[in-house]
Parts: sequence; C-alpha cells; structure tokens
Amino acid sequence: MCTSIVEIAPAAGMAKGEADWFKLTQAVVAYDHARHALLEDAITIDFVNGDLPPGARAAVELTLESAKALNAALARAIAAAEREESDRRLAIEQRRAFLAQGAESRMAA
Amino acid sequence: MTYRGMTVEEIKIEGDKGDPISAYVARPSGPGPFPGVVLVHHLPGWSEWYIETTRKFAHYGYIAICHNLYERSGQGDPDDVAAKVRAEGGVPDAQVVGDTAGAVKWMRAQPGHNGKVGVFGSCSGGRHAFLYACQRNDVDACVDLWGGRVVMAKEELNEKTPVAPVDLTSQLSCPLLGIFGNEDRAPSPEQVNRHEAALKEHGKAYEFYRYDGAGHGIFYYHRPMYRVEQALDGWNKVFAFFGKHLAR
Repeated sequence: MCTSIVEIAPAAGMAKGEADWFKLTQAVVAYDHARHALLEDAITIDFVNGDLPPGARAAVELTLESAKALNAALARAIAAAEREESDRRLAIEQRRAFLAQGAESRMAA
Repeated sequence: MTYRGMTVEEIKIEGDKGDPISAYVARPSGPGPFPGVVLVHHLPGWSEWYIETTRKFAHYGYIAICHNLYERSGQGDPDDVAAKVRAEGGVPDAQVVGDTAGAVKWMRAQPGHNGKVGVFGSCSGGRHAFLYACQRNDVDACVDLWGGRVVMAKEELNEKTPVAPVDLTSQLSCPLLGIFGNEDRAPSPEQVNRHEAALKEHGKAYEFYRYDGAGHGIFYYHRPMYRVEQALDGWNKVFAFFGKHLAR
C-alpha cells in the first residue's frame, strides 16, 4: 500500500456480501487510493471475515467529509445506545430489587 | 515497432519458496528475439489495469509477465482479494521478492527472449520493483512509477516490511527510471528528494521525471488522478528507457 494509514479493528456481527450474509471478524479502515469512487483518495471501510474466501466482504469508499459525518453519527448512536442500555439495566435492577423485597415481605407474613 | 499479433495466456510459475502462483503472460507474434518485462502489480492487486499493461508491453515488442502476488489469499475479484490482503497486514516484502524472482526465472527460460529483463511497477509495485533491483542482480533495468514508502519512518518498519528500500540504494543493481507527480503525498516530493539524494550519493544510474499538475497514479486512465499529457510523456519515457537498456 502506498500509505500506512490503516486501522484494523476486531468485529463481531454480520455483513451482507455479494450474495449472502456472513459472520464478521474484522473491520479495516484505511485512507488510500479509491478504486471505485471518483476520488484520488478515500476513507475505505472493509467489513471482512479473514477465515472465508475474499468475497466475504462488504465495502464502502467515502469522502473524508462523509467519513466525518458517519463518525459523528456513529458516536451519537453509540452514546444514545449506551444511555438506553444503562437505563434498561437500572430498570431491571430496580424491578428485581422490588420483587425480592416483595418476596421477603410475603415470607415474613 | 509494434506487434498487433500476440499470444496471451494464464500460467503457473514457481513463486517464493516454490509456491505455485498464477501469472498472466503476453508474447508478441514472431521469432524475436524480444526483451522481457516483469510487471509487479500495485496495491489494488492483480487488476485489470495490470493485465492490460502486460498486453501493452507485448504490443511494443516485449515478452511480458505479471504474476499474482496475492495468490495465497485466495481467488476472486481483485478488489476483494486486495482487501483481504490489507486485512492481513499486506504481503511480506521477502515473499514479493521471491515471487518476482520466479517471474524473472520464467522469463529467462523463454525461447525468443533476448536475455534482457526489465522490472516495472507502480504504486506499491514501484516500491517492490525498486526493492527487487536492490536485493537481486538479475534484472537489467527498473521502472518505479510513483512508488510510495520507498522512504519509510522507523515506526513504519515491521516484520513484513523490515527495511526501508531507500536504505538499500547502495545495492541497486541496474539503471532506474522514476516517474512521480509533484502533488503526490506518498511519495511526497520531499521523499522523492531523499531517494534521489541516495542515488546520487551512491553514484547510481537513474532518470527521475517529476511532473507538475499531477499526483499519484498518473497513468491510471480509469481514475480521477489520470493526467493525459503527463501520462503520454511518461509512457514515452518508459519505452525509451527500456529501449535503451533492454536492447541487445
């Protein structure tokens, strides 16, 4: 590669490839020459499974501006998801505590 | 002289450590003798541009071979294979040199070959072509088109790329042609300056052409970085250079 701007992150989940969905092992983010977008360079993101043949790949090539917008959208969605998950955990814990208290009261009676 | 007639085929050659790897070959029609060109493909892989360029060399009277450096990562669309290679951290320099040695060996065994071999590459292939010409002494001319990471920072060195090619300049075994865009960032004009300074320091035969109004990938007619004027002039430089050093 002509630049050394490559970041490889482990990834768990599924991606849609050429024909089918496949399990992910990695997300590879790079800033290098675009192959399809009519740009000299692009932020490329490849979702891949290194244990499968090369066709197990879902790819995008983005302008830097698009990549920044995506990054911000991801950050917002992740922050909202973490808030929601935190609220849900709290609600579950409160409900479990309430149920446990009720059971103790019934036992005492 | 140009050759409209040619024979093309996909073959297997012995790559690094004897691994069988695919190669695309094109031979001009006629008895020759013809010089040979080994094409070292770029980061996008064993791509259509490289297959076409292999035929282009045959059109201009060269036996040409382009071997698949990404063979070990599987078969498929070159983009997908190249992405898999990237996810694996790239291919080791030593393996590329071994694979290219296999292509040079194949070339030297061809009937109708004149005994001269040039190595040609662009982008990462330009870097690898230069690296090959520094680590082996069985080629007669080297063309490096905008090869990035010839000059490398220490932090960029790793198990697969343990040496910055520029640090091997003293071992360069043949004349070098370099074509670069002054608006490129990999290699940047400063990096090309450092490469040129090393060539001068070690008294190597080289020709560098550095185009204004151009960045990376000047010859890639299917990409926005294509620069028709610089590309036409650059191709003339390539054929003049190989014409001078590969004739017998």
